[in-house]
Amino acid sequence: MVGLHKSEFTNPVINWIDTRLPVFTMIQKEYGEFPTPKNFNYFWNFGALAMVNLVIMIATGIFLAMNYQPNSELAFGSIQHIMRDVNYGWLLRYIHQNGASTFFIVTYIHIFRGLYYGSYKAPRELLWILGVVILIIMMATAFMGYVLPWGQMSYWGATVITNLFSAFPVVGPKIVTLLWGGFSVDNPTLNRFFSLHYLLPFLLVGVIFLHVIALHLTGSNNPLGIDVKSPQDTLPFHPYYTAKDSVGICVFLIVLSVLVFFAPNYLGDPNNFIPANPLQTPADIVPEWYFLPYYAILRSVPDKLLGVCLMFGSLLVLFVLPWLDTSKVRSVRFRPIYRVTLLVWVVAVFVLGACGAHKPEGIWVTLSRIGTLYYFAQFLVILPILGKLERPLPLPESISHPVIGGRGGGPLPTGAAAKPMEKA
Amino acid sequence: MRTMRSLMAGAFAATLLAATAIAQETELPNQKWSFENPFGTYDLAAAQRGFQIYSQVCSNCHSLQYLHYRDLAGIGLDVEQIKAIAANVTVPDGTDDQGQPKEGPATPASQFRSPFPNAKAAAAANNGGIPPDLSLIVNAREGGPNYVYGILTGYTDPPEGFKVGDGLYYNKTFPGHQIHMPQPLREGTVDYTDGTGNSLEQEAHDVVTFLSWAANPEAVERKQMGVRIVLFLVFLTGLTYAVKRKVWADVEH
Repeated sequence: MVGLHKSEFTNPVINWIDTRLPVFTMIQKEYGEFPTPKNFNYFWNFGALAMVNLVIMIATGIFLAMNYQPNSELAFGSIQHIMRDVNYGWLLRYIHQNGASTFFIVTYIHIFRGLYYGSYKAPRELLWILGVVILIIMMATAFMGYVLPWGQMSYWGATVITNLFSAFPVVGPKIVTLLWGGFSVDNPTLNRFFSLHYLLPFLLVGVIFLHVIALHLTGSNNPLGIDVKSPQDTLPFHPYYTAKDSVGICVFLIVLSVLVFFAPNYLGDPNNFIPANPLQTPADIVPEWYFLPYYAILRSVPDKLLGVCLMFGSLLVLFVLPWLDTSKVRSVRFRPIYRVTLLVWVVAVFVLGACGAHKPEGIWVTLSRIGTLYYFAQFLVILPILGKLERPLPLPESISHPVIGGRGGGPLPTGAAAKPMEKA
Repeated sequence: MRTMRSLMAGAFAATLLAATAIAQETELPNQKWSFENPFGTYDLAAAQRGFQIYSQVCSNCHSLQYLHYRDLAGIGLDVEQIKAIAANVTVPDGTDDQGQPKEGPATPASQFRSPFPNAKAAAAANNGGIPPDLSLIVNAREGGPNYVYGILTGYTDPPEGFKVGDGLYYNKTFPGHQIHMPQPLREGTVDYTDGTGNSLEQEAHDVVTFLSWAANPEAVERKQMGVRIVLFLVFLTGLTYAVKRKVWADVEH
């Protein structure tokens, strides 16, 4: 279609811009009127929270980069320079450091929400796949970011994780050399990790943009997991969900603030306050808490290549999840057995996290094997079979039906809930 | 569902327990620190006494390289005192007209003087052990201030049959119990100018207070800012929640 957009905005400046580039119409459509199921619970806050968290990370990161030196001789000291001499440098750094942790907390809950209410099922498969891509980019970014302070755990964590690639036959050692930019983790490694740590978040922004476009095409899932049937089932995004998301954002900021101001190093490792020393291996090399379950999966088998494959497999399996789950019913509310198996899976992930924090000895080996087994069994065995065996509970007719029925079957509301119908 | 919840709670508790139980082979002392709770501040008198100990004892072997003399304002010293302290120290000061490295008196803007020019020199002078920089020592050890206090007060006779290596000393807190550092503090090692008693415990407590400040000089400002910000955010959350309730008031959901 060629021609100017017919803008409905009355403000002449906005109208002039909107006629030529309808961004205001887009915002109005996607964040103003966007019809959103009216029955969201607070689990639906976490996508917005992740977005806010990403903005916080990019904003603090830009200013940290102005004072950081990506050089193996200077990196550790430049962090201390930021912490001690840069005005409010400690605030920027602690927000960035703890923001990484909250980013993973928020994202993991967001993913759990997707699993719990079946948000990955048709027609949202691609939305889910883009989400997995986001998770993987996020993990790579976090890993490289953790290397930048060039403390002992930065250095040895980087050594252990990059070395994993050497397990792959033929190309493995070449990949490792390429990652390192040499024959050990050293200054070139730090340089390229810094460059990539700055690049990947913007790639992340791009993929998140696609994730949101996909979301706005299919529309949101909801706690009942049934499709929107009529305009009565939805509310305009603004002001209903802008108001609800704002509550979540405030609570999120409280959590982040408590970490930043009162326990900034609680989630960190004391070893990273010691400058990197290639000649001295720390007693126990542990990744950041958000990688512990994967680390446990990696170490659960005695074979390096198999461990590496399992670790990457634990992420890759998520890509095909929409096709592994054979049930047509989305929400756990109507899948009593799936609910149990999913919650056991969550327990398994926590157990794997605990295993990852411990040396692979004694009981921890057994636990990590059981955890790993269940992690994969849930996706590869239970989900495909369960969809065929499980008898789901009867689904409600529509989103507004059970809601109103549940409250005594009163008459349809005439107020705000009816408004979107006029707009739609 | 209820059983599931308790199962989840159990797993979570196990994770937490596991996290706290990460090997601490020797029991650390559990001292009371002025700075430990969310409202705690540094006991400045103790930190100043601790600085005296650092200057007279620790600084013979340990650097404090991420600090500058001007930072001492953080433990309550004024500009004149800082200038006087710096003027008494000789630090590297660029090169002279012949291009030879020269030394000169420090200024408040100077980095703390390091006792050894490099790690090799430090190792050579200390029987192969490199005295760690103390700027971050409290953050860099599991147990923090209690660990450092434990080291300083942990020199005892080795238990029977324990063989201590050549040039090493027995310390009950140190992992492996053999440490390169000879006992640095004893009763009466320093004479405090403010007349405080100089027992070993007092000295150790003071120097650990100083080192805790050195590792986290922003801590007091940070916590005070945190109290204000969290209170504000709690208020804002309440307000936002009220708005949300009002917006949703006429929706059946």
